[in-house]
Amino acid sequence: MSKPSFVYVTYIRTTPEALWAALTDPQTIGKFWFGMTAESDFRPGSPWRLKFLDGRVADTGEILEADPPRRLVIRWRNEFRPELKAEGYSRCTMQIELAAYYPDFGGKAVKLTIEHALDGEGGSKFIEAVSGGWPKVVSNLKSLLETGDIAFTE
Amino acid sequence: MTIDAMDAVFRALADASRRELLDRLRAENGQTLSDLCARLAKSGPSMTRQAVSKHLAILEAANLVATIRRGREKLHYLNPVPIHDIGERWISKFERGRLQALNDMKKALEKSDE
Repeated sequence: MSKPSFVYVTYIRTTPEALWAALTDPQTIGKFWFGMTAESDFRPGSPWRLKFLDGRVADTGEILEADPPRRLVIRWRNEFRPELKAEGYSRCTMQIELAAYYPDFGGKAVKLTIEHALDGEGGSKFIEAVSGGWPKVVSNLKSLLETGDIAFTE
Repeated sequence: MTIDAMDAVFRALADASRRELLDRLRAENGQTLSDLCARLAKSGPSMTRQAVSKHLAILEAANLVATIRRGREKLHYLNPVPIHDIGERWISKFERGRLQALNDMKKALEKSDE
């Protein structure tokens, strides 16, 4: 397996079950993913698509692993920007663990680790797209689960 | 973000050596402790392996560095998520576009390579 280009970690004051539900429920995804939502039944081998709200397809792929509420692995390719599509498939791994991090959370929070690796070599467009996107998506997800509201709208 | 978590981020960023390590990871993500030490030895401030290790632990505790294991290796990644959370606290979403435009202009004028 190639080395991930990026690893993002956030600690969220929630439960693993609630975080899993947020990552796999199309309506909730639509709230934190900037006007996009994912379609899938989130079972291993099932297709996965990320779509704009107007129905256009942004990314497609396949669920490689799903172990609720701990681990989700998606094989993923952009379909919307030709230069990104040309770089091929990537693999996104989301890992959910209980973590003692914030003392004022009663010692408990959930640690979400997102690794994103391109299957092939290179991938400058992929790196640009991922680094521009994930930190904001992750901030929004944390904010939504902790406060019920999102931080970023674009 | 809690006050404790934010304190940890600001304390971690208050040290020039730790900011140097973040810059090194920005330039090349996913380095081991040995990678970082080898590259610092070639160019950059002199830091012992123990000092680099200690600084990385502080950055990781502040969640500015994320680590994963690949076999026997521990890889270090720059994790910008807490900085995004802090930015959101003081920069309203309405100012973001204008600040980005200012930043783009400044970069173009200074021909910065960032």
